[in-house]
Amino acid sequence: MSSVIKLRPYRPQRDLGTPAPAVDQGTVRLTVDGREVEAAGGSSVMRATALAGVDIPKLCATDSLDAFGSCRVCLVEIEGRKGTPASCTTPVEAGMVVRTRSDRLERLRRNVIELYLSDHPADCAGECELHDMAADMGVTQSRFAGGRDHQAAAVDDSNPYFRFDPAACIVCYRCVRACEETQGTFALTVDGRGFDSAIAASQLESFMDSECVSCGACVDACPTTALEEQSVLAQGMPDAYQVTTCAYCGVGCGFRAETRDGEVLRMMPWKDGQANEGHACVKGRFAWGYATHEDRITRPMIRESIDQPWKEVDWDEAIGYAARRLREIQAAHGPDSIGGITSSRCTNEETYLVQKLVRAGFGNNNVDTCARVCHSPTGYGLKTTLGESAGTQAFRSVASADVIMVIGANPTDAHPVFASRLKRRLREGAKLIVVDPRTIDLVSGPHVKADHHLQLKPGANVAFANAMAHVIATEGLADMAFIRERCETASFDDWLAFIGRDDNSPEATAAVTGIPAPQLRAAARLYAGAGNAAIYYGLGVSEHTQGSTMVMAIANLAMLTGNLGREGVGVNPLRGQNNVQGSCDMGSFPHELPGYRHVGDPAVRELFEAAWGVTLQSEPGLRIPNMFDAAVAGRFRALYCQGEDVAQSDPNTNHVDAALRALDLLIVQDLFLNETARYAHVFLPGSSFLEKNGTFTNAERRISPVRKVIEPLAGYEDWEVTQLLANAMGFPMNYGHPSEIMDEIARLTPTFEGVTYDKLDRLGSIQWPCNAAAPDGTPTMHAEAMVRGKGYFAITAFVPTDERSTRRYPLLLTTGRILTQYNVGAQTRRTRNSRWHAEDVLEIHPLDAEFRGITDGDWVGVESRAGDTVLHARVSERVQPGVVYTTFHFPLTGANVVTTENSDWATNCPEYKVTAVQVTRVTQPSEWQRRYRQFTDRQENLLEAARRE
Amino acid sequence: MAGSELDRLVDMANDIALNLEAYPDAPARVSDHLRRFWAPSMRELITAHVRAGGQGLSDTALAAVKALDER
Repeated sequence: MSSVIKLRPYRPQRDLGTPAPAVDQGTVRLTVDGREVEAAGGSSVMRATALAGVDIPKLCATDSLDAFGSCRVCLVEIEGRKGTPASCTTPVEAGMVVRTRSDRLERLRRNVIELYLSDHPADCAGECELHDMAADMGVTQSRFAGGRDHQAAAVDDSNPYFRFDPAACIVCYRCVRACEETQGTFALTVDGRGFDSAIAASQLESFMDSECVSCGACVDACPTTALEEQSVLAQGMPDAYQVTTCAYCGVGCGFRAETRDGEVLRMMPWKDGQANEGHACVKGRFAWGYATHEDRITRPMIRESIDQPWKEVDWDEAIGYAARRLREIQAAHGPDSIGGITSSRCTNEETYLVQKLVRAGFGNNNVDTCARVCHSPTGYGLKTTLGESAGTQAFRSVASADVIMVIGANPTDAHPVFASRLKRRLREGAKLIVVDPRTIDLVSGPHVKADHHLQLKPGANVAFANAMAHVIATEGLADMAFIRERCETASFDDWLAFIGRDDNSPEATAAVTGIPAPQLRAAARLYAGAGNAAIYYGLGVSEHTQGSTMVMAIANLAMLTGNLGREGVGVNPLRGQNNVQGSCDMGSFPHELPGYRHVGDPAVRELFEAAWGVTLQSEPGLRIPNMFDAAVAGRFRALYCQGEDVAQSDPNTNHVDAALRALDLLIVQDLFLNETARYAHVFLPGSSFLEKNGTFTNAERRISPVRKVIEPLAGYEDWEVTQLLANAMGFPMNYGHPSEIMDEIARLTPTFEGVTYDKLDRLGSIQWPCNAAAPDGTPTMHAEAMVRGKGYFAITAFVPTDERSTRRYPLLLTTGRILTQYNVGAQTRRTRNSRWHAEDVLEIHPLDAEFRGITDGDWVGVESRAGDTVLHARVSERVQPGVVYTTFHFPLTGANVVTTENSDWATNCPEYKVTAVQVTRVTQPSEWQRRYRQFTDRQENLLEAARRE
Repeated sequence: MAGSELDRLVDMANDIALNLEAYPDAPARVSDHLRRFWAPSMRELITAHVRAGGQGLSDTALAAVKALDER
């Protein structure tokens, strides 16, 4: 059974008062209260004394924010200086003699504390630094009480996760500064002067109606209970915690899961988390309630056909039934008639086990993962050009970038914690190029403005990238020394002849890209002329028919300008799901064993065969879309699908529906009866990230621990369920803990060779490769040489997609994500995040809307050659004329009813970003939506039947 | 329904060929791609199709699948 939970007694995270110095300035020695201490040069006196074990009282200071020096509590005495300087704003100096305690300091501090207490509640329901400080100093009442105060001010509880109570506010500006410095949204300010000073959101709006993105940075920074989580107000303070890793996007933030009486009370961003450094977003910080939502299914279920009611059974019966049916189907239709899908939401260890079960237990290579529909082109493109299927940098590298080019990504919505780092660098003066058909928030926002927004047409990525490279190559802007030293000469020469052709020039491609040639030339010169230029890209790059070509074109740009192998540069895919990097690393692709080694390599196969005690197939297996095609054709008969909702997420829903219905056996392992599970014959209850041990690997190759906080609701962690199934099928697995699985991964995978749970505990996280050459991991790839030896310039000829606007389908639909919802929405739809985004809408430009008689809020039909759906219109200039945009977080939206089977030539990653459609005003749901409602209602009834019994 | 699967494989092979046509050894590269990334069942379908005439395949794709079949 499941491993034990090891929670730590609750204590607040340490606060050193001011941040560490930004640059290394050596060390200095000073004397604090008669004791000589050593401190980093550039530190504040407050930080230096805190590190020496002497905590100076403070209110407006916190180590996530620059010193402010307003509260006058952190006063110290310094020999040779007049007065009592604030320790937060006073830097240490060699030989400095500091006194943190004296009668004079005590008197001054008490005065300040009493002033604050005069307009503060007598009790605070939570952590209040003011009350704690008063207690430490023995201040029990205020001499200044009785005057005017703010104790009757109205509470703002509009935000579903936290409230603002002005009565407890001491106007220390920590929340305002957190919103500016940490998050970069600038939603908060102090309105009024003197006594009337009050924290205000946007233009005196409620938090909910303001520009606040609910990241929680203000709540974390607040020294009192003015900004407090609703869960703390309702249940009290936590009594224990465990450090773990977020299960949302590919940033992979470190969190402290803080509990009370064994239940999760709140998720606090972990200050030592190296991916997020104490910051969070509305999803990771607040939207974890899905883990214990009433929709969770916690008992296994089986049925013979999807027209039958579910039958709740015990684990033995469910596993036995699944194993028996899998073997029967293989006996009847051959060993290759079944397969599996690993989950990018599950841990590395769980993903590894599923692919192991498929390869060694099923005896074939029919295993794939959701990266098929997102970043499989990244794997192909970066492996081909640079030699490794992963991004090149750590997130913190962006702090050294001079020019940042964001292509087909919307970081403020999809990777918000990284976006905050990026915006901080922009505020410091870095230049920004945004390449996107849509006007994303980064194009123009508070203290952020793109130097170039290259608003290209959907489907023109490769033409754009080639034009950029053409300018750099033909204007003599290439870094020839880097190319000569680090890249293959032959491939570069061939590529140079190709890219120099006139048909790749900005002028020749302008009609295709929609980007005026002078603007593109200026952007190319900016990128090539930077000291450090970094590219960050997302699914707007990969989800095209030339997704892999575009990834290679991006790598070409980086090599051409020498922007690889050091801080501040690189090629950085912003990966969508928490462990999509890890699921790829773990051998989830049908052609690759763990560590991206081809199944056709006999030496690699022998290694795994010796470890697993079986003979492995030497040929690639089926990818997910190939599985669907083969299922419809009757050759693929059974699928084990762990933590993946292909019925909602994969393109051409009608085709996926036909494929799933054609299966003799569909085993779904998930938290909820998701869209795919409605077609299932066996349902195996999954476990959320709070219920298991393991690791996730984020977009910067960072392996971070996932630690169990509560017991699995269904009794087993996901890896244990896979192990049960393997054993029932006669392929023995006997792991006692996920650490044993990681030990096996490390033994068999060179890039993970040095990874152990003990080391992860010690270092907090590790960026692979981690081996003898890099025992603590590798923040920057390709530092000395490319992983493949010399960089390869791939020829990236532009091949237009077949999906073009026509008279029948004159608009191009592109899809994306929104901040508060996550992918198929299975998690976030079951939280209060739906208060911000309760349905997907279709953005349409005012010109296109007017032409069709559409006004904001109308029902509109969206029809492509694949299918049609209906949703509400939002008339918006975010999209350009001729382009419409929607998200896909709600199943009823049916976004993928409209998307087609077109896919990337190299990887079959779907072309989600370009679908030719017509949009018309309608008055009723689509036929598909009617059928969908009927089907889901029926499946819900069949589930109810099981629960009634 | 097998027909639609084959149609899709023909489209996929043509896409691969189109994207590698800039290389002088394009057919060999396409063959290599099919070997490295396509499941045997997919390769069997496309090679059988080529033996039956290979309708719908581009010249490069046709040459690549023939090379695959001859190996």
